[in-house]
Amino acid sequence: MRWTINGAEVDETVDVRTSLLDLLRERLHLFGAKKGCDQGACGACTVLVDGRRINSCLALAVQYQGREIVTIEGLGAPGALHPLQKAFVEHDGFQCGYCTPGQICSAVAMASELRDGAPSYVTEDLTAETIDVTPEEVRERMSGNLCRCGAYNGIVDALTETYAPAAEADKREAA
Amino acid sequence: MSLVQDTLQAVMKKAIALAPDGFIPGGHPDPLIHHKHGLIGAPVSRIDGPLKVSGKAAFAAEFPVDGMAYAALKYSSIPRGRIAELDTRAAEAAPGVVLVMTHKNAPRLQPMPPFMSQPKAAGGDDVPVMQDDQVHWNGQPVALVLAETQEQADHARSLIRVAYEAGHGVTALAEAKANGSEPGLFQGEPLKLDLNDAEDKLAAAPHKVDVRYTTPRHSHNPIELHAATVYWEGDALRVHDATQAVDHAAWTLAQVFGLREEQVHVTSPYVGGGFGSKTLWQHQILAAAASRLAGRPVRIMLSREGVYRIVGGRTITEQRVAIGAQDDGTFDALIHTGTVAMTPHNNMPEPFILPARSAYASRSFLLDVETVKLNMVANTFMRAPGESVGTFGLECAVDELAHAMNIDPIELRIRNEPEKDPTTGLPFSSRLIVEAWRRGAERFGWSKRGAPGARREGEWLVGLGCATATYPYYRMPGGAARITLTRDGRATISISAHEMGMGTSTAQTQVAAERLGLTMEQVTFAYGDNTLPGVVLAGGSQQTAAIGAAVSAAQRQLFETLLQLAGNDSPLAGLKPDEVGGSDGGLGKLDEPQIFESYASILQRAQRESVTAEAEAPPPLELQHWSMHSHGAMFCEVRVSTVTGEVRVNRFLGVFDCGRIINAKTARSQFRGGIVMGLGLALMEETQFDERSGRIMNPSLAEYHVPVHLDVPEIDAIWLDEPDPHTPMGARGVGEIGITGVGAAVANAVFNATGKRVRDLPITLDKLL
Ligand code: FES
Ligand code: FES
Repeated sequence: MRWTINGAEVDETVDVRTSLLDLLRERLHLFGAKKGCDQGACGACTVLVDGRRINSCLALAVQYQGREIVTIEGLGAPGALHPLQKAFVEHDGFQCGYCTPGQICSAVAMASELRDGAPSYVTEDLTAETIDVTPEEVRERMSGNLCRCGAYNGIVDALTETYAPAAEADKREAA
Repeated sequence: MSLVQDTLQAVMKKAIALAPDGFIPGGHPDPLIHHKHGLIGAPVSRIDGPLKVSGKAAFAAEFPVDGMAYAALKYSSIPRGRIAELDTRAAEAAPGVVLVMTHKNAPRLQPMPPFMSQPKAAGGDDVPVMQDDQVHWNGQPVALVLAETQEQADHARSLIRVAYEAGHGVTALAEAKANGSEPGLFQGEPLKLDLNDAEDKLAAAPHKVDVRYTTPRHSHNPIELHAATVYWEGDALRVHDATQAVDHAAWTLAQVFGLREEQVHVTSPYVGGGFGSKTLWQHQILAAAASRLAGRPVRIMLSREGVYRIVGGRTITEQRVAIGAQDDGTFDALIHTGTVAMTPHNNMPEPFILPARSAYASRSFLLDVETVKLNMVANTFMRAPGESVGTFGLECAVDELAHAMNIDPIELRIRNEPEKDPTTGLPFSSRLIVEAWRRGAERFGWSKRGAPGARREGEWLVGLGCATATYPYYRMPGGAARITLTRDGRATISISAHEMGMGTSTAQTQVAAERLGLTMEQVTFAYGDNTLPGVVLAGGSQQTAAIGAAVSAAQRQLFETLLQLAGNDSPLAGLKPDEVGGSDGGLGKLDEPQIFESYASILQRAQRESVTAEAEAPPPLELQHWSMHSHGAMFCEVRVSTVTGEVRVNRFLGVFDCGRIINAKTARSQFRGGIVMGLGLALMEETQFDERSGRIMNPSLAEYHVPVHLDVPEIDAIWLDEPDPHTPMGARGVGEIGITGVGAAVANAVFNATGKRVRDLPITLDKLL
């Protein structure tokens, strides 16, 4: 069985019951994707598949053969962090850090959903080509990623700074 | 305890209360309090931040070990009775199964000494762990499967058949109450206080409220599932745990397995949230037992349902709050009494009366927590045990009285501000709640608050509410630390403390660098390992103080040794440890900083590569000498839909008086995180318990609702930053106070919006329709 994970080809044989999350964690020792419920309720296991976010605990590994999978390890590492990872550190968008890889992967895909104009419950103009990254959009679209430490404010700040730098600058000016 | 011991203790207590300040830890202010422009208070980003955001911080279930097997647990489905039949044959025959462990083949184990029964006891309960056929709660583990993969273990577990002979379990609160109650005992003292005939004073008071509040069970729900990776090295047990109590866990495991404490090594460098739940429960013990039996390393990671089944949460409370007041609003009587549920196997009487002990200057008090026993998973500490739900009752009642008397609720609180602790008579170490109220009222626009139901915006009714937050300063005995300084001018601080996201490692690196006159890069903070010095529980918001006192003691010792090593040829010759301070990578005379020698130079001349100092913190006598509490003024604006009854939080402000803040960035996150959990407590959180079967009915994050992004507005958290002169660094701890007062602030805002009082948490929409 074959997957492309963080740009590298991976060969493994797994049980048909093995989730993508358990393939990553238990077989490949990519522990960045976290297990918080194994039921699709917390978002800690979020990874990117062909650029879209999925809960890897609800995905069977065998179904994702041949797809481009990116985990937090594929986004950046200490010393070479992704801009969003840096913004999380700067804005204290976490405490324990357990939900964090999932929040970051989710946010990366969320930003492209906004760029593509996919509307949400709080979007005013449903026909817009692209949608602005506002705190309200971020809150709605990130609500599938739970943070029990309650670092939500920092996460929203990190996302708006990274994906809507102008809006963030206005806010700072106003403050 | 004997009468003699009781008397002796009372005498000691009095003596400590009356002793001159100088004899008491904190009697001489920590010199660090005067460092105004250094690292203390700076908004430093977390030192472990890059690791955490890149998925490289290794949590308990992330240590791969050769030959490791995976565990799955089978839980009982009755609350009380015995296992009549246990058929494990199909499970044993399933592919990949290494072992099925039940009470029939488990190694003989002692029960866990439960929390607070002994200094290092960490057991959630004292029920025998898979030792007999008895069932004590619905959800108790009855079998463990070990297999080559998690999938195989989970499948085999589903093949186990259990038949029970049901006994009589007490699962309904009414029955438990009918069986009689016992006074709660907390930290060795009864949760009872009867001062100056409060009932009579209440009856005679011209103004009064007398109301009942209820709060449901809560589950901590850290996002990291409870997990451990365990193996035996000969007779020594190695545990990679997710724990907020490495020493307690190691000692308790040693008791269970009949080992010496030194034979158990527990590490826990990163914990994915704890909030009181990451202590010792049956899973670590069962994993270690299975590992011994199978001769294999074992990984156990509870399912989310498993966490609900075997890790207890906050218990249910029923509270009565009655306040009698004079025309001027001053309190004649403050009554806070009620009932909480526990089990026959633990002692955690949710101490909801603690805030009432010191919040207001009443002329009389009646405080009482009664406990009743249910067959349920043992309840435990959860963020601000007592205060979180106690402030809900107390601070709603103050609001109700203010409304009844037509006095502004902030003004009513200020009129009842005590000069000294109203129930112990001790002086306050520092208390600035009035200042916090004034600052907060101004910042929040409190003066714009209208009459209940007066403000309507479209479908929404909008209201403001406030409440006092309060949490005590604690410092538990047992703190000790080691400092090793090397010739290249680097220091390592070692202490068996914890990092669950509070920012401990970052804040303590700042403190140590400031104490020693080093940069943060030159300091390493080693923690989360029971082989390091000290016993430091991450609980009671005490870590900052406990580590502070221990490191400060070690620092004194270090300076003493350094001065000896420096000898007569040093510019420092003849100086005492109290006369020098760390600065610029060396020791300098405090009042003449040019009298200085670098650590490198001292060590070089003494021909030493390094120097090590280890010391214990003094016993926490300050707790009996001053009344030491943090406070906060909490403000909330909600809107309530007139169509659906839904409550949304528009704004929240907390103004905190928590002494000196060590790290502005991580402290703000602690305050905000507490407030977010408080919003959950106010509006959505409830562990639903089936009173017929004793089973938790919503054991998942889909059915137990915690606040999500869209539930949380931007939270304004500010602080007065006035050092407490009697605590290490002037700090008082910030981890728990954030959740206190939130439930009441929200409920009071809902009342202001709608004119409806909801006295039963959580405030769900059905209660407002
Ligand atoms: S672990 Fe996948 S959503 Fe929780
Ligand atoms: S940082 Fe702890 S759960 Fe989000």
